Amino acid sequence: MKNEKYTISIYSENNLGLLTRIATIFLKRHINIESLTVSGSEIENVSRFIIVVDITEELVKKVIGQLEKQVEVIKAYYHTNEECIYLQSALFKIKSNLLFEERQIQNIIKNSNAQIVTVSPEFFVIEKSGRKEEIDTLYEELASFGIMQFVRSGRISVTKDEMKISQILRKQLN
Amino acid sequence: MEIITESKQKVNNSKTVKISGAEAVVRCLLAEGVDLIYGYPGGAIMPVYDEFFKYKKELQHVLTRHEQGAIHAAQGYARVSNKVGVAIATSGPGATNLITGIADAQIDSTPVVCITGQVGSHLLGSDAFQETDIISISTPVTKWNCQITKASEIPEVLAKAFYIAKSGRPGPVLIDITKDAQFGEVDFVYSKCEKIRSYTPVPQMDPAKIEAAATMINQAKKPFIVWGQGLTIGKAEEEFKAFIEKAGIPAASTLLGLSALPSDHELHTGMVGMHGNYAPNKLTNECDVFIAIGMRFDDRVTGNLETYAKQAKIIHFEIDPAEVDKNVKTDIAVLGNVKDTLSAILPLIEKRDHKKWLKEFNDLYDIEYNEVIDAKIHKSSEGLTMAETIVGINKVTKGEAVIVSDVGQHQMVASRYSDFKQIRSKITSGGLGTMGFALPAAIGAKMGAPEREVVAIIGDGGFQMNIQELGTVLQTKAAVKIVVLNNQFLGMVRQWQELFFDGRYASTEMTNPNFVMIAQGYGIKARKVSERKDLTAAIEEMIASKESYFLEVMVEMEENVFPMIPTGSSVSDIRLK
Repeated sequence: MKNEKYTISIYSENNLGLLTRIATIFLKRHINIESLTVSGSEIENVSRFIIVVDITEELVKKVIGQLEKQVEVIKAYYHTNEECIYLQSALFKIKSNLLFEERQIQNIIKNSNAQIVTVSPEFFVIEKSGRKEEIDTLYEELASFGIMQFVRSGRISVTKDEMKISQILRKQLN
Repeated sequence: MEIITESKQKVNNSKTVKISGAEAVVRCLLAEGVDLIYGYPGGAIMPVYDEFFKYKKELQHVLTRHEQGAIHAAQGYARVSNKVGVAIATSGPGATNLITGIADAQIDSTPVVCITGQVGSHLLGSDAFQETDIISISTPVTKWNCQITKASEIPEVLAKAFYIAKSGRPGPVLIDITKDAQFGEVDFVYSKCEKIRSYTPVPQMDPAKIEAAATMINQAKKPFIVWGQGLTIGKAEEEFKAFIEKAGIPAASTLLGLSALPSDHELHTGMVGMHGNYAPNKLTNECDVFIAIGMRFDDRVTGNLETYAKQAKIIHFEIDPAEVDKNVKTDIAVLGNVKDTLSAILPLIEKRDHKKWLKEFNDLYDIEYNEVIDAKIHKSSEGLTMAETIVGINKVTKGEAVIVSDVGQHQMVASRYSDFKQIRSKITSGGLGTMGFALPAAIGAKMGAPEREVVAIIGDGGFQMNIQELGTVLQTKAAVKIVVLNNQFLGMVRQWQELFFDGRYASTEMTNPNFVMIAQGYGIKARKVSERKDLTAAIEEMIASKESYFLEVMVEMEENVFPMIPTGSSVSDIRLK
């Protein structure tokens, strides 16, 4: 069975310690977490984890089983890239003088649909949201001019199909 | 910390009273019907111990000699009684000493609630005296854990702890309580937890799967059942018996499933696994439908997965969805509580008898008997064997004793050669293989079933891993019978060294102390047997004793346990020698 990128979505209670519990499930099986994002979800007091891994479908199914087994996990899903809409964000901090000295930079920003978030006499900050490859391209284009700081977020993603978490929660309490 | 409050609870009409967090802990235990707990005091848990003093009429606290003894005793208690066992310890080393037992309870699905003291919340993270991050340490080996820093959280968290420990697939829960939470005040109201919105203890039964399984079973020519501890935990022994008798299907047990079906039942074909019986291992690779009930396809059961029951369709009755397809791919997964699923399938099962197929099991048993068993139990010369000791104990106890075994050769022999008449008669550390388990677990088992004879079978190695619990026997007067099968070796490791490491006995020889004197030092009647002619009388004396009794049996030094499936081999390549 081939490795593939899977986006794991976990809906859980917002409890201290759950991150460790979830991380150990991956650690135990030597699964590298390519990206991890924890945030609120569409339901109050329910957290959503988005975890990207590169493993076989057989293994991702087993991981989902172990995740759902945790008392505070409401539901876990896995999706292929085709089954979800996903992106990540990146921030580039660049010296301000380059904006004027290297005309090229303005074109790069425009063509990549990046946004200038702030400009100060010393530096300016560009924000780019999109697929990983788009950010990689922008990074490569800007790298030659010198990047003072670069950071990118983990993947965030929503699925094409419905998840019905509210229904699950209602059912559990009735 | 935010504690989830959505759980739907039945509220008692008890009036609110202001009490300390420490007293609230005791009141919660009493509300859960706990009357016996095992533990060891220390600085960070002293407020709770002070309440134990006040509540000693209602709640018996057993002082073990080590926290590991406390958790194993709680496990033995839980396994014999099907109730939740409770262990309590202080912070730091007290808490970390529980970990082995917690890991054991996790892998063997035993309901235990552990309560640990913790340094005051203002000291958390400061590396204070006896501070250890027991929540992080215990996370991978608990079903759930939670740290309490406010007295007001105690009732709800403890209610959740008991509910989680015993519901669905049971397991260990650890609750860490800071010292200030124990001293703090709480308006005490206790309501038992009955639901947690994020937690589904028992998956919904699917009638379509029941029907599909029934059809497959009805059409099978050579069906075979392997059951595990799920039957015992699910209290489904009657449903199981009715099911196999109607379907006429030969059945075998895992190590932890032993005693769920009486050993003399005609469809009982023995135990599967590395040192299990010849027939059920061999015929795993001959059956056409393999029915797994409340078992999890542990590697010690399956051997090489690539050659495990490949010819068969697999039906898996299971409460934990994560076990389905984990090790062995199933054709039909019947999820749910095994008592419910077996009840549901029974009317759909056609009456059958698979006499010819059953005879294949009996024929292979005859081979095993002639080549292995007979020689082990009917020795006339040379030293005593472990097997004849077990058979002797079995005879004198009429198969009615609870056999608690440790880990190693003697464990396999105790499992292979004991006959069981009633359920919950075999307690051992299965998944984790924890040496040192048996003595404290036997103490807990005796307290959980005082009316039953409890015999601990231990090797000379494992006995010395928690030998200090003889002190607990002395203090509690628990009438456990302790049998040490002494071969002066770490026998199972030695056997592997002999078979797979060209006989290089690295650190497996034991220079042992005078065990009889040690037992006597703890006020326990003790006897040592080295010759065959004394064995039966010694066993009779031990079983007749109303008090605890220690019996050391000197057995052959280099006896091997057979049959055996070497690691990585197929179950059907099981060796008789």
